[in-house]
Amino acid sequence: MHANAPAPAPDEIRALVAPLTALEGPLLPMLHALQREYGFVPQDAVPVLADLLNLGRAEVHGVISFYHDFRDAPAGRHVLKICRAEACQAMGCDAVAETALQRLGVDWHGTTRDGAVTVEPVYCLGLCACGPAAMLDGQVIGRVDRDRMGQLLDEVGA
Amino acid sequence: MKIYVPLDSAARALGADQVAQVIAAEARNRGLTVQIIRNGSRGMIWLEPLVEVDLGQGRQAYGPVSPADVPALLDGKLSSLGPVEEIPFFARQTRLTFARCGVIDPLDLTAYQAHGGLAGLHRAIGMGSAQIVQEVADSGLRGRGGAGFPTGIKWKTVAEAQAAQKYIVCNADEGDSGTFADRMIIEGDPFSLIEGMAIAGIGVGATRGYVYLRSEYPVAIDILNRAVQIARENGLLGPQVLGSGHAFDIEVRVGAGAYVCGEETSLLNSLEGKRGVVRAKPPLPALEGFLGRPTVVNNVISLATVPVIFEKGAAHYADFGLGRSRGTVTLQIAGNVRHGGLFETAFGATLDQVVNQIGGGTASGRPVKAVQVGGPLGAYIPVEQFDTPLGYEELDQKGGLIGHAGLVVFDDSADMLRMARFAMEFCAVESCGKCTPCRIGAVRGVETIDRIAQGDPGAIELLTDLCDTMRDGSLCALGGFTPYPVMSALRHFPDDFATQKEAAE
Repeated sequence: MHANAPAPAPDEIRALVAPLTALEGPLLPMLHALQREYGFVPQDAVPVLADLLNLGRAEVHGVISFYHDFRDAPAGRHVLKICRAEACQAMGCDAVAETALQRLGVDWHGTTRDGAVTVEPVYCLGLCACGPAAMLDGQVIGRVDRDRMGQLLDEVGA
Repeated sequence: MKIYVPLDSAARALGADQVAQVIAAEARNRGLTVQIIRNGSRGMIWLEPLVEVDLGQGRQAYGPVSPADVPALLDGKLSSLGPVEEIPFFARQTRLTFARCGVIDPLDLTAYQAHGGLAGLHRAIGMGSAQIVQEVADSGLRGRGGAGFPTGIKWKTVAEAQAAQKYIVCNADEGDSGTFADRMIIEGDPFSLIEGMAIAGIGVGATRGYVYLRSEYPVAIDILNRAVQIARENGLLGPQVLGSGHAFDIEVRVGAGAYVCGEETSLLNSLEGKRGVVRAKPPLPALEGFLGRPTVVNNVISLATVPVIFEKGAAHYADFGLGRSRGTVTLQIAGNVRHGGLFETAFGATLDQVVNQIGGGTASGRPVKAVQVGGPLGAYIPVEQFDTPLGYEELDQKGGLIGHAGLVVFDDSADMLRMARFAMEFCAVESCGKCTPCRIGAVRGVETIDRIAQGDPGAIELLTDLCDTMRDGSLCALGGFTPYPVMSALRHFPDDFATQKEAAE
């Protein structure tokens, strides 16, 4: 979904998540389904989910806000995740990340002004023997030094 | 001609997909008939993409292969590493859990069976529940996720619990830095996990299984979902497992980026659709787990090891190891290391052997300063203690833990005060917030370490006291074990904590 597309209607949200109601513990699968469809979890989904699952709105909000993955607004056109965990630190990820943030002019979780890239920290991609590691739009990349980071940013037009 | 190009995330991160594409295109141009098999990784990450070519006389390995190497590879002009089994890093291993990983196409059930797969499940079906549980107990298998709890005792508790519905929950929320064994086995041999869960289900009388798999592993999620589907279509999962009277099925659930959900009670809450907040124990998950029902919660490696125990017998497995650490440990050698990767071996190798001999020292070529064993909650162990053997009790005696057996190597440029600060910062970001020592302690920890860095000599005592409180007062391992990296850094590397004031004097 694009940043300025209209917010989805409650009926549309309900139709999307209702088939998952029969699962044991359906809330996380529902939230993933919403984020997959819209790129974020729309605020309007909270009352719909609360109603479907017989929960309080506060409870639903509490679950959404607990998990790092769920966004309350769309991300940029590209999402760049940079690993900040120990194995990547041992290979110099801090310097690589600093270079990227400086060039993009954003802080962690920030999106560039033109909406091209959102940068997020990630704590371990399981690529600990080929760090520093990053993930660009779901594609994993190993041994990301400053030059490689520069190429990645060129690719996304940042 | 068969060519094996790994589909493992680490191989992909180093260009395996491009290599596979170029091989296909180049073969087409030359009119060659080439069967490209996407296998798992053999675990030698510094050689990835590691391509194997089989011309009918066995597999020859090449690596690391770049797209530009492909013409020479097809001409037979690229210099070969020989068979993988003869590469020293591989030849020194004892591969039980990872025997098939990297050998076969992970989604080829026929190949899985041809390499010993399903033999364990067939044997288990012929045994009773009590015998299955006893077999696991006899093998000496302990939880490979980190806690090291005897798997047989856990299964026995669930088997003896009375309930209309029991569950097998696989903890695949492998969030520890330096660990990737869960990811590798799911991407490289997912049927071993499925088979292990089915044996667990039959053993304890559970008909439903869940795999809680972290969202950071998209490749593993895709492969496991496809493997579960294939298992269902072939009667390995479903109302009658392999034609037996036992029903068992598996659903893959994706996490949402919360590290604390690797803690079993937090994972269960998350699976139920709640905030991933830790539960107080008791009640044990074995008695009141998922939806309040008896639940086996085991790590991926524990469950994926079950088939080989049943295939070869408990005694065969228990013959490997040291003291009360039986069988093999899947070491993950990571960080600043020359030969990083997965190394499966009997418990008991020393840190020196693993880091310096097998791992070949640092990637940077500088001296090794420390190795963090067991993930973000594990201790930093200095070179002076590299004679420590890798075992549950052995590391415990050194004030550390083996955890999920990840080892992160640091060279002498590492600033241990900074690493201690990071441990507290990570705990603050990932704390579930339920208990005060962890929620508040981690934030105060960051502040206190900053005071040390700014030259406040009194802050070291304060930090020590804070770590004691967190260790003794936290509800789970996140707050309880964060003091391990912090205090080990402080104890073994006091120079990095020397305040500016002292340095000036």
